[in-house]
Amino acid sequence: MSQPTVVLDPTAGTAPSDRTRSPRPTSLVGVTVGLLDISKPRGDIFLDRVAERLGEQGAIVLRYAKPTFTKPAPVDLRHEIATQCAAVIEALAD
Amino acid sequence: MLDGTTRAADEVVAVMPPALVECTVEKVAVNAVMAGCLPEYLPVVLAALEAVCTDEFNMHGILATTMGVGPVLVVNGPVSSRIGMNSGVNALGQGNRANATIGRAVQLVVRNVGGGAPGGIDRATHGSMAKLGFCFAEDEAGSPWTTLSEDRGFDRSQDVVTAFCGEAPRVLVDQKSRSADSLVRALAEGLRASVSPRVVMGMDGMLVLSPEHMSRFRDAGWDRNRFMAELAGHLTVEADDILAGAGGIEEGLPEGLAGMTLPKFRPGGLLVVHAGGSAGLFSAIVGGWVNGPMGSEPTSREITP
Repeated sequence: MSQPTVVLDPTAGTAPSDRTRSPRPTSLVGVTVGLLDISKPRGDIFLDRVAERLGEQGAIVLRYAKPTFTKPAPVDLRHEIATQCAAVIEALAD
Repeated sequence: MLDGTTRAADEVVAVMPPALVECTVEKVAVNAVMAGCLPEYLPVVLAALEAVCTDEFNMHGILATTMGVGPVLVVNGPVSSRIGMNSGVNALGQGNRANATIGRAVQLVVRNVGGGAPGGIDRATHGSMAKLGFCFAEDEAGSPWTTLSEDRGFDRSQDVVTAFCGEAPRVLVDQKSRSADSLVRALAEGLRASVSPRVVMGMDGMLVLSPEHMSRFRDAGWDRNRFMAELAGHLTVEADDILAGAGGIEEGLPEGLAGMTLPKFRPGGLLVVHAGGSAGLFSAIVGGWVNGPMGSEPTSREITP
């Protein structure tokens, strides 16, 4: 009798969990919007303009920055944004 | 494959980016088989993964960046000849089975276990062959100098793998220099263009000296320290030449650096290795990526059974 074939999985065998999106804000009036600068050159120029436009629409704007664009945002920063903001805009740059 | 290591199959080697999953020796072994490794290569693969999965090496960022960089692995110590690694002809190219499959196994683990697939977290604009797998051994026996691992604080008898975040190598030609002084100037001139002539200090580099180029320094009695000092003396950049806007080019340094003479590389930001075939008046440059705490630090780990 032949030996059964064993197939080994080269992957971690995990899959991303499904998460429901937060409800989309229907208006920006009084809504806190976080602007995350990833710390690449000129990201601040882009976000300054976005902040201006959001302010005109009545949003409350909070600014955040990653210590470096080369690494994921630290857990504390992600938590801070998640607890303080209803929406977030992240700037890439260059 | 698991016979190649004394470590238990279920031992966690590293937390693998980008998915940050615990990667066991067994998962590494499965990928090493797929890469074509022999069992005796496995300890090198394991040590390389320990090196790249550190905060200072920053494999996540290296994977995610639009630049075409990957972990460039240099192996030092008796292990390289024991497992038949190539430090000579074509060491940076097809290499041989050990070179090619160790580098490939590391990349497969990041891709398969860490989930770092091209087009997903991996956003490289062009990518480069360095992302396929880039691993070679230093030619220690043929070098009059201390080795890369000795330069990084290890003993010559230790087996060490050093991971450097770099792109594919490019050739630096100098076929006419007969003196150490001439050749070091030529190498400095070529290195000034590493990554871009307008990048200074922010990105590291690696210089792979060929045996024929090394012979110029051997003949002149230069050791590694003398070479590095002479090279640093020539490897400077006049900021005025590369200020933003200079020469009609918008890329460049801020105006505040005007008038300064700057080193091309930060202190310790150029790694020098000896490898290659015995004929050929060429060396190779491997351009780096964002360095230091803001990016990636070259990272070495001892290879253990």
